[in-house]
Amino acid sequence: MKNVGIVSYGAYIPKIRIKTEDIAKAWGKDPETISKGLGIIEKSVPTLDQDVATISVEAARAALKRCRINPQDIGAIYVGSESHPYAVKPTGTIVAEAIGATPIIKVADYEFACKAGTAAIQTCMALVKSKMIKYGIAIGSDTSQAAPGDALEYAASAGGAAFIIGGDNIIAKINETCSFTTDTPDFWRREGRKYPAHGGRFTGGPAYFRHIISNAKNLMEKTGTKPEDYNYAIFHQPNGKFPLRVAKMLGFIPEQVKQGLLCPYVGNTYSGATMIGLSSVLDVAKPGERILLASYGSGAGSDAFDITVTDLISELPRNNAPLISDFLNNKEYIDYAVYAKYRDLLYYD
Amino acid sequence: MRDVAVIGIGLTKFGELWDKSFRNLIAEAGSKAILDSGISGKEIDALYVGSMSAGRFIGQEHVGALVADSSGFAHMHIPSIRVESADASGGLAFRQGYFSVASGMNDIVVIGGVEKMTDVIGAEATDTLATSLDQEWEAFFGSTLAGTYAMIATKHMHDYGTTREQLAQVAVKNHANGALNPYAQFKRPISLENVLKAPMEAYPLTMMDCSPVSDGAAALVLCAAEKAKKYTDKPIKIIGSGQASDTLPLHGRKNICIFESTVYAAKMAYKQAGIKPKDVDVVEVHDSYTIGEILAIEDLGFVKKGEGGKAVENKITTFDGEIPVNPSGGLKAKGHPLGATGVAQIAEIVMQLRGEADKRQIKNAKIGLAHNVGGAGATCLVHILEAM
Amino acid sequence: MVNGAVPRFWREIPQRYNLIGNQCGVCKKIFFPPRESCPECRRKSIGKMKDIKLSGKGKLVTYSIIHAAPKNFEGQIPYPIGIIELDEGPRLTAQIVDCKIDDIKIGMKLESTFRKIQQDGYIGAIYYGYKFKPLEDKK
Repeated sequence: MKNVGIVSYGAYIPKIRIKTEDIAKAWGKDPETISKGLGIIEKSVPTLDQDVATISVEAARAALKRCRINPQDIGAIYVGSESHPYAVKPTGTIVAEAIGATPIIKVADYEFACKAGTAAIQTCMALVKSKMIKYGIAIGSDTSQAAPGDALEYAASAGGAAFIIGGDNIIAKINETCSFTTDTPDFWRREGRKYPAHGGRFTGGPAYFRHIISNAKNLMEKTGTKPEDYNYAIFHQPNGKFPLRVAKMLGFIPEQVKQGLLCPYVGNTYSGATMIGLSSVLDVAKPGERILLASYGSGAGSDAFDITVTDLISELPRNNAPLISDFLNNKEYIDYAVYAKYRDLLYYD
Repeated sequence: MRDVAVIGIGLTKFGELWDKSFRNLIAEAGSKAILDSGISGKEIDALYVGSMSAGRFIGQEHVGALVADSSGFAHMHIPSIRVESADASGGLAFRQGYFSVASGMNDIVVIGGVEKMTDVIGAEATDTLATSLDQEWEAFFGSTLAGTYAMIATKHMHDYGTTREQLAQVAVKNHANGALNPYAQFKRPISLENVLKAPMEAYPLTMMDCSPVSDGAAALVLCAAEKAKKYTDKPIKIIGSGQASDTLPLHGRKNICIFESTVYAAKMAYKQAGIKPKDVDVVEVHDSYTIGEILAIEDLGFVKKGEGGKAVENKITTFDGEIPVNPSGGLKAKGHPLGATGVAQIAEIVMQLRGEADKRQIKNAKIGLAHNVGGAGATCLVHILEAM
Repeated sequence: MVNGAVPRFWREIPQRYNLIGNQCGVCKKIFFPPRESCPECRRKSIGKMKDIKLSGKGKLVTYSIIHAAPKNFEGQIPYPIGIIELDEGPRLTAQIVDCKIDDIKIGMKLESTFRKIQQDGYIGAIYYGYKFKPLEDKK
């Protein structure tokens, strides 16, 4: 079977941040309790002129800056998000046009809560393996919504990452992928509604933990690996605590999780979360290193990947585009009033 | 080409005229001008009317016919021509009417200029003003007309050391003048502080650097000079007319601190008149924004490029200054009903040259100049008039 | 209410998304947006204008901060707007983002970024295009 893997990658996180304590103060909560309880210090905020389309374009352009791929050789773009700017009209067409990949290209938008981006990777893998396309771009990106005052407001943030999937010049080989899916209504947003709703603590045990743990175990069984075989483990990160707890339950140690855990500094970027985590790992990864990634999407499902970094990563000009650490350092804070403006909480028409 | 003279003027008050419609305004100004000239309606060969955006402000196009009808000329079937070049529409209507009489095709024409801006909300007016810019490559990206002039101001301050206070002094001077003009929208003097502390419109310009949203109309009667004395003792002859264009977007220009359209239109008008800038006694310039007046006095040749701010500070452009600019109060204080402005400027020059400007009369004014700009300088008209 | 007018925006997508200008085949001067013919070479340039993708890097010629905005921009105030001279020569007007208002200076180096420019109310189309941000030294 032909190899398949990541040829290049790029990410984008908006520059604006709001501190958890500032959101807590706005709702009369104790800032420290909230911040420590969630393990989130601050989160990224999109400005009014940023949405999933602009974030996806920036991420895809960053990925292209790191390789010499002719955009016309890209045969597919799948954008996974739960906050596409249009309910009907694809984000992917905007991305395809903005990177010069139109018109001979397959495009569709995906939605599976926070795992739509990893679903896009799987689709691109299949298309590459079946030789239907030479390269495909899988994007996970969100400007996730949260109702004012809801617990989600501390986490729901903005960011995304794009992965060019192909069969040659691979910097990270995807050895195996598998999914675990059930019908579990832990979190949703109804058609036409602005903000999502969720089942509170129900989003934990039967949802996040069950799906990730089952799926990661299945993956390791398929590949015959153990937690200690991995240099890095990346888990979906709705807050700063869950990924560390799920890691521990699976037998990973915090050191394996750290490089891919961005939630404390950027919040939950939903479809972008594990993909930005993977970008952060690829920013520093060395040839031969092994990565386990398990995403989670409410509703519910998990996609897991067993990835091995190849020798070619040393030749990838990673500095041709901003590293995740650059995004973490390049920030500007706003208060809750400006946040309300940027997130269009002051709806008027 | 034969000589042409202005033999009648008519103005409405400028301002927020809630109870007056577009057609009320132009009919009022037109009939005032006709009465002032002493002609009879039957003698009119054509109407020329300048209006920038009746379509957006009142949802009405076909303005030529509307003006003929509302002025009571529809049954006489007088040709009526609507002319548009953004807020230089009035000046352009004047020039087209002038050509038609100078050519011998017409003997007497009435020129009108009108805008009814207050029937829409402020943001809609801002949008409409921005249609005088390049819609696709400036306005689309969020630029506004004020913002475009503000970018000129930023650059002028950067390149020539023009100060924020000097810009404000233009407004202070024009408000002092406007206080003496019964037709003006604002008849109260203001302080430097009033301008500097006003809410920001587009940095570095505050709301008080900008002309207001106004309703109003103005009209003129033009007549072949050889027949003018039949109607009036004080015909005012048109001795120079110039018009020039420039790139529609500001960013298309090599030096954004020069309105080349003004430079070229002025050159054309001065040449025809056979005069130099120093021969001009009174000037009405297009100060839709304070920086506009500074550019105008530079580009018209009254001061060197970059010295406009200093000239204002040194009071060269006040009533008793070397070159009095905008004795009417200018667009800033008199008001700026877009299409009416170019016509109203000439009406002011006519009043000055007739010696009928009352408290704001410039002593011994023999030659006057009117400068009307469309948008951010993509069109400019310069007219020079002289008492016969 | 929706204004529509989508074709007017759609037509300019290559320019707005990817800064596609053109170059006169005779004098080599570069234009943005593309011109039908070169204003210098005039008839000699007809049929010799070639599309060219611009780098999106340039410097700030002048700027303003908009406080009274057109309808589709009212939620964004205050926002900076500037004239940018691209490295290839052409100038354009665009918003400046990711920069504190006090840090904006004439002559500063900028690069293009992909942003939402405006939307036709809450139900009409969304229009994307270029804005400019400070050029990062490293990248």
